[in-house]
Amino acid sequence: MGLGNMIHVLPYLANSEEELDLGVNGLKSFQLFGQTLWITTTHVSVLIVMIVIVIFALIARRAVLKGSPDKVPGPFLTIVEMAVEAVDNLTVSNMGEKYGGRFSNYIGTLFLYLVFANLSGLMGLRPPTADYGCPLGLALITFVIIHYNGFKHEKAMHVGKLFQPVLLTPINIIGEVATPMSMSLRLFGNIMSGTIMMGLLYGLLPFVLQIFMFPVFGFLHAYFDVFSGLIQTYVFCMLTMVFTAQCFGDEKA
Amino acid sequence: MSNITDRGLILACSAIGAGLAMIPGIGPGVGQGIAAGLGANAVGRNPGAKGDIMSTMLLGQAVAETTGLYGFATAIILMFANPLIGKL
Repeated sequence: MGLGNMIHVLPYLANSEEELDLGVNGLKSFQLFGQTLWITTTHVSVLIVMIVIVIFALIARRAVLKGSPDKVPGPFLTIVEMAVEAVDNLTVSNMGEKYGGRFSNYIGTLFLYLVFANLSGLMGLRPPTADYGCPLGLALITFVIIHYNGFKHEKAMHVGKLFQPVLLTPINIIGEVATPMSMSLRLFGNIMSGTIMMGLLYGLLPFVLQIFMFPVFGFLHAYFDVFSGLIQTYVFCMLTMVFTAQCFGDEKA
Repeated sequence: MSNITDRGLILACSAIGAGLAMIPGIGPGVGQGIAAGLGANAVGRNPGAKGDIMSTMLLGQAVAETTGLYGFATAIILMFANPLIGKL
């Protein structure tokens, strides 16, 4: 049974016999090309996260359009400007002056999405990144970006690098394939472990006791959702930048 | 002993296997601790470079975590998407 099946098996198992709500729950099934696919809680969470981000972006756009060089910017506009500047500085300092700027769009989008997705656990949603499909998709986008830039900047040497030294060719190939795997598993593992720990803890205590234990739950949420989620967001973006910048070779200024 | 079903045996052994699969958690714990200690050492020597040291340390720790997460993924598969039950 491959990883692809694992994603589709999770809803059945969670529905059939698990009392603890840890897995992805299937909400509605439909047929496509002879396969049964499920609309799961992950899709709902992704949609909610997307709607929140779109609303945030529209408000930010309005604030940017209304602002003018003569006026003092309001607090919201200042925060948005600081965030954009921080992303620009991060990409330029990690990927070099020459090519860094053009990646700030992708890194910024990734950052915004992962921050909202990882923090959605605080709002009672199941974090979308706790489903292996979501981190794998993001890691595959990064994989394509790495190799597109590799072929663009190093031409044929990008393939030639795999055969240096010749004896290590299999290890080099495995290393290239392992990059998206390890990146996605890192994000998935951290968020999923937090979800499982919190699910076990909530399943352990009856509701009345949970109310009295709120300092413990608050602390654990702060660690598993906020701290772990933000660190993994940073690490995912950082690894994307580092792996992509490796392909620039000597051109990196 | 005769009333153990095949399915029960597989579930029990999978639970033990999931526990054993988390043994790799030791390695990243030690490694991240060493990295954090050396990071603190570096900040003590050169407090001005705190930002760079922090980001390098976090990146190294995240990469060091990989082996532990492979073990974790194995444990999760054994617990929630057990491939062995399908082989009965």
